[in-house]
Amino acid sequence: MVKQSSIEQDGTIIEALSNAMFRVELENGHVITAHISGKMRMNYIKILPGDKVKIEMSPYDLTKGRITYRYK
Amino acid sequence: MSSGVIIKTPEEIEFIRQSSLLVGKTHAEVAKFIKPGVTTQKLNEIAESFIQDNGATATFKGYEGYPFGLCISVNSAIVHGFPSKYELKETDIVSIDCGVTKNGFIGDSAYTYALAGVEGEFLRLLRITLECLKIGITFAAPGKRIGDIAYSIQNHAEKNGYSIVRELVGHGVGKNLHEKPEVPNYGKPGNGMKLEVGMTLAIEPMVNMGRKNIKMLNDGWTIVTADGKPSAHFEHTIAVTENGADILSSFEEIEKSIKENKDLKSING
Repeated sequence: MVKQSSIEQDGTIIEALSNAMFRVELENGHVITAHISGKMRMNYIKILPGDKVKIEMSPYDLTKGRITYRYK
Repeated sequence: MSSGVIIKTPEEIEFIRQSSLLVGKTHAEVAKFIKPGVTTQKLNEIAESFIQDNGATATFKGYEGYPFGLCISVNSAIVHGFPSKYELKETDIVSIDCGVTKNGFIGDSAYTYALAGVEGEFLRLLRITLECLKIGITFAAPGKRIGDIAYSIQNHAEKNGYSIVRELVGHGVGKNLHEKPEVPNYGKPGNGMKLEVGMTLAIEPMVNMGRKNIKMLNDGWTIVTADGKPSAHFEHTIAVTENGADILSSFEEIEKSIKENKDLKSING
């Protein structure tokens, strides 16, 4: 049985773009652009290339996401 | 590691092989009964009782609320079709997806059948999809990456003028039906997780004759092509070994049943 591509995925930051956007490589190999969630911005959580993060994705646009968590 | 992939021991892989072979036998049993006029509900009943008689359980039944033992997806339905009162026609292509649990381990495999009246372009779709699966499997070797499998499948399908479904992916399989990692059928070579010995994966290309877009029916499960054109789906459960992929499920008995059933057409002509 096929799996619906999940909305929440883990990925690794490849590079920081402008406007708090990041290029992220997901575990399944796809590279997407993602922005950082408002809550993480409020708490001044810094994100650097190489960090592992949790991404929320939209099923409608598989090329964009939202970073909701940075793993330690 | 946050990757969460469960590496199986050789003993566990043998259990998965047993379950996968039973899936093949179930397919072969169902294939004997495919003919114009038979309802997909009937095929589901045959499969469910066959699985039970062999001391196993149908994995899909109850999985996240899925109500049947098989997924039967006809023509423009891609996957997760409900068995129903629909009577098969002579020109239908029928994708049947089956999973069984035995000794706690799961085997998962799908095959798309062509009824006797299926011609030319439709048969070619099935043949190319099957080739995609075979090509993808050759990249399931230690040191390769998920993206290598994904790219090889996408490349072969698109080279032949077909498109690949994006929203649905293959998966790891073991004690659970859906484990990490996800195995998409599209991607770039050299990307994604590195494959290791002991990973067990369900590789399952879904190839559309028309465009790649999909939609879900109101039942919350059935996925169909947005343009209404047909779609094919083949799936093997494999294990990554030092010598490359070990295909745990088998189409051998299925193809034997197809040859013996005059209402079915062999994909290879």
